[in-house]
This record gives sequence, structure tokens and C-alpha cells, in this order.
Amino acid sequence: MATVPIESQKTAQTRFTLNGEELDVSFASYKTLLEVLREDLGHTGTKHGCELGECGACAVLLDGRPVLSCLVLALQCSGREVLTVEGLSADGRLHALQDAFADLGAAQCGYCTPGILVTAKALLDANPHPSRDEIRKALSGNLCRCTGYLQIFEAVEAAMVKTTKQGKQGC
Amino acid sequence: MLRIASRWLREMMPEQKEKSKPPVAGSDSNREGLRVIGTPRRRVDGRAKVTGQTRFADDIFLPRMTHCKLLRSPYPHASIRKIDASRALAHPGVYLVLTGKDLPIQYGILPVSQDEQALCMDHVRHVGDPIAAVIAREELTAFEALDLIDVDYEILPTISNPEEALVTREPRIHEYGEEGNIHKLVALEFGNVEHGFVEADEIFEDTFFYQGSTHLPIEQHASVAIKDPDGKLTIWSSTQTPHYLHRALAKVLEMPPAHIRVIATPNGGGFGGKSDPFNHEIVVAKAALLLDRPVKICLTREEVFYCHRGRHPVLMKFKTGVKKDGAITGMHLQTLIDGGAYGSYGVASTYYTGALQTTTYHIPRYRFEGCRTFTNKPPCGPKRGHGTPQPRFGQEVQLDKIAEKLQIDPADLRLRITEAPNTVTANFLRLGTVNLSECIRRVVRISDWKNKFRKLPEGRGVGLACSAYLSGAGLPIYWNKMPHSGVQLKFDRGGGVSIFCGATEIGQGSDDVLAGIVAEVLGIDPFDIRLFTGDTDLGPVDLGSYSSRVTLMAGNAALQAAERGKALLAEAVALKLEVPRERLRFAGRRVFDSTAPESGVSFAEAICLAEARFGTVGTVGSYTPPKSPALYKGGGVGPSPTYSYSAAVVQVEVNPVTGWVHVPRVWIAHDIGRALNPTLVRGQVEGSVYMGLGEALMEEQEFRRLPKRLSHALVHKFPSMLEYKSPTSLDMPEVVTELVEDPDPRGPFGAKEVGQGPLLPIMPAVANAVYDAVGVRIDEVPITPEKLMKALAEKKAGREARFGPDHFPRVNWPEALRIPPPWEGGDGNAVNDVHREKPRLSKEKVLAP
Repeated sequence: MATVPIESQKTAQTRFTLNGEELDVSFASYKTLLEVLREDLGHTGTKHGCELGECGACAVLLDGRPVLSCLVLALQCSGREVLTVEGLSADGRLHALQDAFADLGAAQCGYCTPGILVTAKALLDANPHPSRDEIRKALSGNLCRCTGYLQIFEAVEAAMVKTTKQGKQGC
Repeated sequence: MLRIASRWLREMMPEQKEKSKPPVAGSDSNREGLRVIGTPRRRVDGRAKVTGQTRFADDIFLPRMTHCKLLRSPYPHASIRKIDASRALAHPGVYLVLTGKDLPIQYGILPVSQDEQALCMDHVRHVGDPIAAVIAREELTAFEALDLIDVDYEILPTISNPEEALVTREPRIHEYGEEGNIHKLVALEFGNVEHGFVEADEIFEDTFFYQGSTHLPIEQHASVAIKDPDGKLTIWSSTQTPHYLHRALAKVLEMPPAHIRVIATPNGGGFGGKSDPFNHEIVVAKAALLLDRPVKICLTREEVFYCHRGRHPVLMKFKTGVKKDGAITGMHLQTLIDGGAYGSYGVASTYYTGALQTTTYHIPRYRFEGCRTFTNKPPCGPKRGHGTPQPRFGQEVQLDKIAEKLQIDPADLRLRITEAPNTVTANFLRLGTVNLSECIRRVVRISDWKNKFRKLPEGRGVGLACSAYLSGAGLPIYWNKMPHSGVQLKFDRGGGVSIFCGATEIGQGSDDVLAGIVAEVLGIDPFDIRLFTGDTDLGPVDLGSYSSRVTLMAGNAALQAAERGKALLAEAVALKLEVPRERLRFAGRRVFDSTAPESGVSFAEAICLAEARFGTVGTVGSYTPPKSPALYKGGGVGPSPTYSYSAAVVQVEVNPVTGWVHVPRVWIAHDIGRALNPTLVRGQVEGSVYMGLGEALMEEQEFRRLPKRLSHALVHKFPSMLEYKSPTSLDMPEVVTELVEDPDPRGPFGAKEVGQGPLLPIMPAVANAVYDAVGVRIDEVPITPEKLMKALAEKKAGREARFGPDHFPRVNWPEALRIPPPWEGGDGNAVNDVHREKPRLSKEKVLAP
């Protein structure tokens, strides 16, 4: 037992839905969702800036709500739905938020971007017409050192307008 | 005095007069002719960034990859008597333990400060200095094994600030430097400032303190090294300067540079914090060579605070003489700089604290003295603005005081004294286009300054400040005559173009700058282009993403390569269409006769025609900055092909009960020359405002001593993102950005820098606004509620309504190098330096190639 390093002891097993796909994964039991996503499942789109719950870079959606994946044990995710940046686009097309972020300068270095995108998605899913203040508040746990946030707010608003229009056309 | 300077210039440099308005580099100087340049658009790497597919260094996972962790000193200053790593090496899963003796060769970013060791051999100088490295199968195993390394330390006394360093000669933190714990002393005098003070109607003396702050990129530094199948070394690293890392690796590993490949992965934010070659990069490279397996390291957030290289804390004293109308007659600036434990860029930083004072306002006589000391804290280095935000803060706050005393509006005062374009300053910096006055007029207008300044109700106020910044350092770190930037283009028969360049993408958009310029010249879409950047094997050298140099330097190299490619294609197409080359246009992925647009070929066909005629089509371009007229020792820091200018007005609301400063709005104008991609330019301006507000109001790299019973160590007060306060989305004000576009012939399509300059006016503008709001001077940053409450209490008690340093300690300055300014007949040399060079001012080319 002692000769096998702890990380190599993939004694935990769980099944959860990742970006719409149900899967089984084995991992060392102490690992966080962030670590399992990046290291065991090869989903490196989710980033980390502190692994202490301070920066928001590792945000993912757990059952539709933003969580800091560095503070969630992978074992807690059994039977639940996880959405990461890799799951935002569908049918080969970017999500409206992704298009808006790319077009409007909301992603500079792009490191905080995945966490902000999923957090913004959760906001728009829960509140399709957020005010600027509501956007500010929703993103206040996601640090960005590049943009000064303003182009991020504008991109969320542009995506909001676009999804509203699409919704109306759909009706 | 301004006019005298201009007249002198006209006489001294007639060729400059003739070339004062040459056609702008790039084919079309009028905006209408441009399709890509100047149009807001998605950056070429935008899709990768919003899908999470940008591959940062820690996103690299390789087969058989091992993990590295560093054992770091818990003491700020100690000798290492003995290291015993045998227990760690015996730990299951551990493959290798490295210590200082495995990497004995010293290195550092500057040739004059080769004072770092990848792993400290016998001396640790700050908490976090690395001593040993463990490489193991798993990261956690490596981490556990750190506890199994036995180190016997002999604790040494520590130095916590420059004042202590000045009076503590022993023990020395380093065995080199000026003396004791003084790393660098600088004294330069451009004209006799005492004469300037005699001429003055008023003399102002002010002392300011600028606290250190750190870059805080969200990405923690990471590196992965492998031994290639052929035995060479490849390292991927979050570095802003792959070329300099390449040099350091070759030196420390004693390998031929040709056998080392450095790939700078896109940086998850840099801001200067990834510009040094780092110990962890050298360690994983060495380990990969020894193990013949990939080795990865990713620093923890706490370790990033120990890497630092951030803003130097600087104490400053300004003595400035002015006439009644505001004209400056002389300025004497002294800076005392807290360098931390290593040299880093510090010698350059020291000069930078005195270099750019002359670039904004006309200063006929100028004296600068700077002193950098070693302290037992993480080393300071370049952070956005590199050494210039600190004195800019002092200068702009002092100007606010001067304006008040002279009863002149601070905006009007500045408009009277702004420096003229194409001027050579007192310290021999040659300015390009200067649109500072226009920047001031714009922010005055859009902020409604005249109706707000000194007119808002108590508790609310506005402040104004200005700045200038380099568009790339004019000299390389290792002096040589080679280009600072090179670009190669490969033309594909399918109509694609590949760009190869050493330029490093750190989020600022360097890839997009290159693609935009090449696409504009060749008439194709930026997304038709593939980029291979930041790779020392694939592309020609670019010195790195520092000193705001990429847009101008790599941009000019790309422009030259693209123009050369265009010429080849045009020659081949002209023969085919039987029209003169000059009549051909490149647009819409076609090459056609501008007088008969239907007559033409596709861009892909044009490449095939050229390839049939000339063979494989590829071109190169390079850029070397013009030589500087500053020939004196130290004149290498400050010159740039041209400078950007900014002016900002900040509005504040001060809560007199809590001391809290709220910033509802910022207006900023930036003289950029030309905005290549306005979407990205705006992002740089707003990002600078954001970072400036953080420095102005909350960010501080602060240290404290533990109690005596707990080792008395000098430790970081809060090496975490939670406690190191930076502005969140809730703190960001509305920002109104104006771009002043007056194309500078030295920049590609007239572009100047934007990444750093707009940060500089924010901190002094906040301080000036606080004074306008509540009538107290906070002569240091950050302006925290605590300091504000103290100053308000002083005001209430009838004492000086101010918070700030009360003295500047005595420094034994060396005899100043005396360099007569241009208008006193100076040739750029010091008159009292035996090592002076021959003058070159009169015969050199004024404009960039």
C-alpha cells in the first residue's frame, strides 16, 4: 500500500453527466472536481488560479448552478450534471455568449474566460434580462486582470439581446 | 523655452524638419483605404479563448509525465549549513531530488545582475527562495517529499526596507553592488538645476511614497520540459520572454542554444510578471534532461507571490522650480527603491524611475538621483509601466499642488507646458508625435471638467493627470546591432499565409497585431493566416512581450515582410495581366487592376504565379530601432522609437465617515497614433484603468515581521488572492475612452503603444480627485480608508491636511554625470565621464526604417 503513491490509488468511482454525456470515472478519492476534470478526464478548458476558492477561474455549472470546482469533491458529483466550457457550444456552433465574448473583446488572455462564460450562462438561464448591476453582481466572484470587466458586461448584454431575439423568432 | 527648443532642433536637425510629416508606413495613410486596420473585429485567437482551447502551459499533459515541486525557504535570510535529501529520495514515487550543487551557474535577466541560482546553494535571501526540487510520479507525492528534506539553516539578520538597507552594511544580501546593501546608485544632471531654481518664482518640494504591488495574473506560472527524441531540450513555459529564457537555459545548463527550444505558451496574463527567466523553468529543464521523461511544474498561488518581480516600492522627493505662468525652470528628483532580494530588472528599473519625467512637459534642466537597495523580500522587477508609474504619481500630484498655488487650472497649466513633437528632451530622449495637449483637451471636454473642478459638493471631486510611455525599449537587454524583431512569411499555394515570429501572446493581442498588418497589406482576411509565434525554433527572434514593444517592432517587421511578399506577387501578376505593377490592388483575396477591377486573379493564383516565376515564395522582415542620441552611461534606459501619451480625469466620492473612496467614472484619452484593432485597444485602455485603480486604492505587496518568539521572520502579509485586494466587477467604474489618432510615421500604419501608458495617469488622478473632494493630500498609494481618515483628522485638528512620508533619508550620492542638454550645446555625452562615446546626433537617421 505504502509503495503506491496516493494519487495513483484510483479507489473512488463515480458516475455523473459531463456536458450532456453520462460517464464513469475512477480517481483518487481526495480529488476535487477541478482535478478530475483536468487530470482524469482531459477537460482542460476549466482553469485554476488559486485552488482555494478565491479567483473564480475554475467555475463550472453543477446542476445548472455555478460552483467553484476547486472546492467541490468529485465524489460529491455522483449522479449530477456538470457543465464546463467545453459543453457550451452545440452542433458545431458557438453559444451566443462565446460569440459575443470573442467579438467584443471580453476575452483578452482568455484564462478567466471559461469560468466567466459558464457563470454568465447560469445568470442568463435564471434571469434572461439581467440589468448591468445584476451582471456585475453575478460575476463578482470571477476575477479578471486584463479587461477591466466592461467589455465582459457588454458581451453578456449583447448575448442577452441575441438570445432574446432568437427566442422570439422561435415563437 | 519651448520655442527655444524647437528653434534649436530646426537648426540642429534640418533633415528632421523635412521629414516631419512623411507618409505613414504602410500603404495607405488615409483611413478609407484600409479594410482591416482600424476596424473593430474579433481577434484571430478569439475562438480558442472562448472555447477553453487556448493551450496554456499547465494544460499540457504528456505521456510518462512527472511532476516537480520546490522546497522553499521559510526564512527571509539564512545561510544553509547542510541539506540532506536522502529521506525524500527514498520516498515511494520520487524519481529525483535536485539541489543547488546540480545547478551551480548563476543567471539573471540583466547582464549586470547575474545573481540568481535556480536552487540556492548556501544562502537564502527571502521567504520562498527555492532550495531543492523533488520530481515524482505524482504532484502530491512530490509535495509530500518536500517535508522529508532536512535543511540546517543559520538564521541571519534581515532587512525589511531601504532605510534599513542604507544603514545596515553587514550582513550583505549580495556580495556585489555599490556597497553594503545598496544595489545601484545613479546620479545624472542635465543642465544646472540650481540655476533653474534661481530663475524660479516658486519652488516646490514634496515627498511621496508609492507602495509595491504585484501583477496577480490569474494563470499561475507553469512549465513543462522534455528531452526530445534526438536528445535536445524543449520547454513550454508561461513566459513573456522566450528569447531571454533561451539564453538563460543555455548558460545554466551549459548546452548549445541550438539544442534548446523554448515555446512560450499563451500567457494567462503577464503584466511583466513572467519576463524574467525563472528558477522553476531551469529546474524542470534540468530534470527532464536527467530523467529523460517530461517534467511539469505549476506554481501555487502562494508561490506566485514569492516569484513576484512586481512594482518596486519607491520613496520619492521632487524639487521643482516654476515661473508664475507655470513654466518649469528645473526639476530635481530623488528616488529610493526597495528592490527585494535579487537584481532582476532592477538596474533598468532604477533608471526608469527618472527617465520619463521630461517626456510630457518641457523641463529645461533636470537632475535625477536614484538608489536601489536589496531587502529580504521577493525581488521586484517590471510591472506594467516598469519603474515609471511611481515618479509619474509624484510628478502629477505635485503639478496639482503647483497649479493650486499659482491659481491656474491644472488642465490649463499642463496645456501651457506640454512638450513639442519631434523634440529631443533634456535627457536626450527623442520624441515622435506628441498629442498630449489634444488628450488633455478631450478629457476636459468629455468630463465637463470646467464645471466640476473645485465646484462639486464636499465629498465629491475630480482630478486630472497625464503620462507618457515607451513604444518599445530602444535598446536590447544584451547590447548588439541585430534586429529587435523578425518575421518570416510563408505563402501557400492554397492562398494561405503563415507568420513565423518570436512575439509572445500574453493576452494583449500580439498575434492579432501581426495577422492584422499582414492581412491588410496582402488584401486577405486575418483568419486566412496561420500564426506560429513565441517559439525560438520556428520563428526569428523577437525580444519579448515587454516595454510595449510588440505592436511597433514586431508590427514593423511584419509590415516589411508583407510588403516584400506583396512586391513578389505583384511582379508575377503584372506580367500575367500585362498591367504596370503600380496599378495592382490587393483586396478581397484578389489581386486586380485598380482601373479595371474585373481584371485580376485570386490571391491563391497570385501565389502560384509568383511561385512559378521565383520558386518557393517566402519573405522576411525585421525591425531595428533608430539609434538614440543619449550617449551617456545610463542613456540606454528610456529611449524609444516613439512615445504614447495619455490624459485622464477621475471622479471620486469620498465617504467622510468610513474613508472609503468610490470611483463612479473615469474619462481617458490616449494618443495611440493609430488603433490597429479598436476592440483590443479599448480593452488595453480599460484594463489599464482597472489596474491603475487597484494600485491607487487597494493593492499592496505588504510585509510584516512575525513576533520575536515566532522566528521574527519577515513574511508576506497576505500571499493570497483573497487578502491581496484587487478590484472586482463591483468596483469597476464606467470608463469613457477617447482615442487620439495621429499616425506616427515610426509605427506600423502609424500605431504607437497602448498596453501600459493608460495605467500611468490613473493613480495621481485619483489622489488629485480626493483632494478636490475633501481637501486632504494623500501623497502615497494605495489611498486606503485608514490613511484618508488620518488625513481628515489632521485637517480637523488644524494641522497639515496630508498623509504621506515626512522625510527622505540621507543617501551618499555619487558625483553626478553632467550632460549638458541639447539647448546648452550638449552632444549626448557626459562632460565628466572618461568613457564618453563619439557624438552621433547630427548624422544619424531620424526615422525608423
